[in-house]
Amino acid sequence: MISIKHVSKSFGTLKVLENVSLEVPRSHVYALIGPSGAGKSTLIRTINALEGIKAGEIHVDGVSIHSPRTNINKTRADIGFVFQSFNLYPHLTALQNVTVSPINVKKINLKEAADKGKELLASLGLHDKFDSFPGQLSGGQQQRVAIARSLAMDPKVMLFDEPTSALDPEMIKEVLDAIRKLATTGMTMIVVTHEMGFAREICNQIVFMADSKIVEVAPPKEFFGAPKTERAQDFLSKVLNH
Amino acid sequence: MGYRTDWSVVPESLDILLKGVLLTLEISIIALMISIAIGVIAGLLRVSKSKPLAFLATCYVEFVRGIPLLVLLIWIYFGLGRFFRLGAYWAAIIGLAVFSGAFVAEIVRAGIQAVPKGQMEAARSSGMSYYQAMRLIILPQAFRKVLPPMASQFIILIKDSSLVSTISAADLTLNAKNLVAYNFRSFEIWTAVAFLYFAMTFTLSMIIRHFEHKYKVVE
Repeated sequence: MISIKHVSKSFGTLKVLENVSLEVPRSHVYALIGPSGAGKSTLIRTINALEGIKAGEIHVDGVSIHSPRTNINKTRADIGFVFQSFNLYPHLTALQNVTVSPINVKKINLKEAADKGKELLASLGLHDKFDSFPGQLSGGQQQRVAIARSLAMDPKVMLFDEPTSALDPEMIKEVLDAIRKLATTGMTMIVVTHEMGFAREICNQIVFMADSKIVEVAPPKEFFGAPKTERAQDFLSKVLNH
Repeated sequence: MGYRTDWSVVPESLDILLKGVLLTLEISIIALMISIAIGVIAGLLRVSKSKPLAFLATCYVEFVRGIPLLVLLIWIYFGLGRFFRLGAYWAAIIGLAVFSGAFVAEIVRAGIQAVPKGQMEAARSSGMSYYQAMRLIILPQAFRKVLPPMASQFIILIKDSSLVSTISAADLTLNAKNLVAYNFRSFEIWTAVAFLYFAMTFTLSMIIRHFEHKYKVVE
């Protein structure tokens, strides 16, 4: 479903992605983990072309993301993206945040978009927040609105860029629960995360990145039980034993 | 010091002054509308990825900001007026709009740049085009952020409009000049003029403050 082939990228002379390849099959959930500066966020941002690439190819459901012939707006509508800092539109209500793209990009009529938006928000436990503005919501609520906003476009895949890193600890669970629930629906997902328990529990594969490269890809049991590479062993010893 | 004030000239001259107020308001409001249009377009060009368009907008802003309004008005009235039969009325409106537009452009640019980058990214990643994202997400937020500096700019526009008297547009200032030439009551007449300008700018100030409260965003 998501196919990344030999992708490289650099900011000036600094290499941020070096010959990265990854295949994510339909309905699979992959966790992208690794130390800060490894290139996790950059990689996930290249999948919907928020970042360009210097070399390589990325396909989502057969569409070449970085080809100049691709209608990027149309393609992005199929790729849900959830940001670390939510990036909700502060001048719009929760419901408007969810419906603005279906109405303007997909040209769905207002009534239909609103019905669907309310259904999505309610399913994420936000049935009483339709008319709240983002500034009136907690971080966890905002991130759930952001997830609803992405789902409202009926995406084929969902990308999460550290969805819980900006949250207070007591709000992390509600957001992880929402992602967990989404995984059970068969959504194809890549999640950049520091939540090792979450990654171990719901992900099909753990993708470990360090120093601009993918170092190891393995199922959670294998990866957390017996990481093969020294880099991964070192990382795990730091994040798990404290 | 033999100047004795005589305030009775003010009520006597009020009809002429009020006629001037009407023209000042009319010219200012039309110029204000046009300057918003110019300013939004030039501001958008300033932040656009197209280098030539951004350069063009920068030239406009820098040049117009750097010359006196008086000269701009005279160029338009006597210069442009040669080719297109512009009266003082339209020369005044165009001059003020072009002048104020340069300042509005800078305010709009600052407003757009004050909207966090993540807003554009969120909008684009949901499939919006650059223009949809600007129209639906960025500009509405920028608009809220720039209301206070915009208010100052429009107050300046109203006061600057007094310069149109030099190209014979019969605004409040020209009418006052004529009155003073007739009755020599400069202190009284100009004080009345100050009150009238203040009444206009203060009203505008209040209107914009109302919008500020109305569109206030909880962040």
